[in-house]
Amino acid sequence: MLQSESKRYGERAIKWLLASCAVLSVLTTTAIVFSLIGPTIGFFEVVPADDFFFGVDWTPQFEPPSFGVLSIVAGTLNVALWGMLFAIPIGLGSAVYLSEYASPRVRRTIKPALEVLAGIPTVAIGFFAVSFILPEIIVPLWPGELLGGAEGKPFLALAAGLGIGLMVVPIIASISEDAMSAVPRGLHEGAYALGATKAKVAVRVIFPAALSGIVASIVLAISRAVGETMIVVLAAGSTPKFTLNPVESIQAMTSYIATTATGDISTGTVDYKSVFAVGTVLFVMTLVMNVVSIRLVRRYREVYE
Amino acid sequence: MNSSKWLAAIGAAMILALGVAACGSSDDETASGNGAGGGGDLSGSIRIDGSSTVAPLTEAVAEQFMAENSGVRVTVGTSGTGGGFEKFCAGETDISDASRAIEPEEEQACKKDGVGYEEVHIATDALTVMINNENPVSCLTVDQLAAIWGPDSKIGIWSEIPDLKESFDEELALFGPGTDSGTFDYFTESINGEEGVSRRDYNNVGEDDNATVKGVEGSPGGMGYAGFSFYTENEGSLKALEIDNGKGCVPPSVETAQDGSYAPLSRPLFVYPSEQALQKPEVKAFVAYYLENAGSVAESLGFVPLTDEQLTEAEAAAEKAGL
Amino acid sequence: MSAASGASAPRNRLAVAGARSTTEAMLRNQPRGDVIRNAIFAGLLLLAVCIALAGLLALLIQAFAKGSSALTLDLITNPPSTAFPDKAGYRPAIIGSLQLIAGVMLFVVPVGIGAAIYLEEYADGSRWWNRLIEINIQNLAAVPSIIYGILGLAFIVRGPMDLGFILAAGSLTLALLVLPMVIIASREALRAVPDSIRQGSLALGATQWQTIRTQVLPASVPGIATGVILAVSRAIGETAPLLLVGATVFVTFDPTPFGSDGYSAMPVQIFNYALRPQEEFQALAAAGIIVMLVVLLAMNSFAIWLRNRYEQRW
Repeated sequence: MLQSESKRYGERAIKWLLASCAVLSVLTTTAIVFSLIGPTIGFFEVVPADDFFFGVDWTPQFEPPSFGVLSIVAGTLNVALWGMLFAIPIGLGSAVYLSEYASPRVRRTIKPALEVLAGIPTVAIGFFAVSFILPEIIVPLWPGELLGGAEGKPFLALAAGLGIGLMVVPIIASISEDAMSAVPRGLHEGAYALGATKAKVAVRVIFPAALSGIVASIVLAISRAVGETMIVVLAAGSTPKFTLNPVESIQAMTSYIATTATGDISTGTVDYKSVFAVGTVLFVMTLVMNVVSIRLVRRYREVYE
Repeated sequence: MNSSKWLAAIGAAMILALGVAACGSSDDETASGNGAGGGGDLSGSIRIDGSSTVAPLTEAVAEQFMAENSGVRVTVGTSGTGGGFEKFCAGETDISDASRAIEPEEEQACKKDGVGYEEVHIATDALTVMINNENPVSCLTVDQLAAIWGPDSKIGIWSEIPDLKESFDEELALFGPGTDSGTFDYFTESINGEEGVSRRDYNNVGEDDNATVKGVEGSPGGMGYAGFSFYTENEGSLKALEIDNGKGCVPPSVETAQDGSYAPLSRPLFVYPSEQALQKPEVKAFVAYYLENAGSVAESLGFVPLTDEQLTEAEAAAEKAGL
Repeated sequence: MSAASGASAPRNRLAVAGARSTTEAMLRNQPRGDVIRNAIFAGLLLLAVCIALAGLLALLIQAFAKGSSALTLDLITNPPSTAFPDKAGYRPAIIGSLQLIAGVMLFVVPVGIGAAIYLEEYADGSRWWNRLIEINIQNLAAVPSIIYGILGLAFIVRGPMDLGFILAAGSLTLALLVLPMVIIASREALRAVPDSIRQGSLALGATQWQTIRTQVLPASVPGIATGVILAVSRAIGETAPLLLVGATVFVTFDPTPFGSDGYSAMPVQIFNYALRPQEEFQALAAAGIIVMLVVLLAMNSFAIWLRNRYEQRW
């Protein structure tokens, strides 16, 4: 009577079918690694590793070519740095406001607005960065000749940086806000009962309690910033420069890959392989950041009850 | 709402999407715009790739051709003259756009892979050196250009240019195409004496000549070089430098390019259909159409149409090749 | 709140009243410096929120201002044109995008839900291979989109699958990109179904698959649907991977999934128009952005409405 109606091996077949769907994820990672490794090894057979990793001149298309990847790594970090300097205060400020200060009605209007911002395609943000942020915000507001001045430059790292910053604000804001809301009311109430002001509660009690989530959100945001392509291609230019100066035009790793590999490129040349070498560097960087953020969350997570 | 309704909803959405797509793809008449009444019994596809200078002209001719022959699909890529030849000689494209003549190494590569081709001269270009509107300079000699663009050049400010008559203290902001570009090849050969030889620290726009225009427009001390069409399309926002090749300053224009006085930067533009592709009737028709109609489209797009003499020559060569 | 017994009710009321007035007195009589500091702090936070919202508004307004001149019906029905920018449109790009997401959904719905079911219902969390799968999914969610483009170029377009530069290849690349999102969202939806439902079903003699099919899955469909819609809206807006797998830009005819004549997609077409300096093309780019934003807004609102309407409270 307790016999199930379907036969046993039907069940196992289903399990294996579902498992194969899940295994696809491992296959994807393997495929990514494989597609990067072959040409990268081929690349390093032609270009010595210390030229690549320690050189600061990235001119792969000239005779003789120079493959110093630090130049475009600096470009990526340049844009990411200015983006995070914008996004961290704005994102965290919004998160604290939403979780501690905002009335439920305000929260209900602002949260969806942030979700809208999160859903905007990066090509739209890039267009906004180069056609509005650059001419209408950076050029008028930049103090004169500081660091070379912002006048007369059609592409600026700072424009891309602010665009990327705007793009990652929702990531920081929503994940941090979730983390802060997850802190039990008991801690809030206890702090208020002891006479703390609202600001003190937010900064001294809630913030540290939610720290793991907040840090994870920042690392995730940095990871997104480093991997972003369209905003950098549209707004930052295509001149590799080893600099963190925001009012220069630079080339990031992602924009190099995008502009070099667009459409049909012929296999076998060093140029082609350089795309994969740069891709490997990018992949490893984001992988490391992801692992770090997971570790951080695990280490600093406060477990309640 | 149970799950089967959900699956039905998602399924319906997908079918709707596919339906629109299918309807769209069978609707070739509207797709080709308001042409001379569609029709034509040619069909097939033509793959064109190569020079970003020639591409706008090829695209315009292709649009008109497709309007009259709705069964033919033409795609135009811009991998650069060099990049285009690589694909062409590997058999991946039917026609290669080129802003310089095919080189010996490329000829070898084609021969090796058994790709024969015809060289069709379809227009002329006046490679233009563009500067910002604020720049008082109006003319530079070839030697001055070589000093600016040479491989060891360290010139960073306009006033450092030797023998400059006007005074201009702005920083030099250079823009130019990448090494796959025929424009790059032609410019470096004419100005620096050898193809591929150039200073490296300029803003490399790859195949995106529009970025050269944007860059020069946006920098007071900007200077960049690109095909004539990129200048004429943006005529109000940029200045074209007159070039002095020893016989006085000559501005780029249709006339100076046709009579050869705009030297050394006037150059022939080609399309190279492969012999295999020419077996296809639609490709043959397209090349013939191109020769016939390039002239009328050329000038409006900023190209220099062939002189009557050049046109007869080209048509004779095409006749001989069996077009 | 349990009612206090009759005898202690007045005492409770007194205690509560006393506590309330003390707290209010404390909060009212804060030292001057504290009040000012609090106000400044609150002000700064509000400023942060306002800057974020201002950025969003500026983007929307600027796109609308720049693109409204090009917002005609031509935009949807006409193909792109280099020679006649005032007649140019997005037709092949729109059709391309529709076909791309149809393909994405075809792949991602069965595979993503299947993987989520396996990980939530069948997998033993302590086995190393299951942990490996989970780690992989987490990492893949963080990989930059252009790396997926490289994957597509090396594996799908060329390499083992060798599909060539066709729309189906672009679709598959995008599907791999958003698959981790779907798996994660579906897992959350499955996890939200309480165990008691499963236990009850098993106790009544159903097999595991029967339980999943008839009890767990139907209950989690709204959450899964929300996840799929959000993933698809991400796929629509992606440009970088498509650039690498061959979304050629100058395509004037309507693309087909397996046609080798080339294809295009909305974000790629917008990108190309944005690169051209002429004003007409800039306006076209902005108009395309408006169209995309409207579509995405509609999709995301639908997803959120779905989640709110059909979310089951256990």
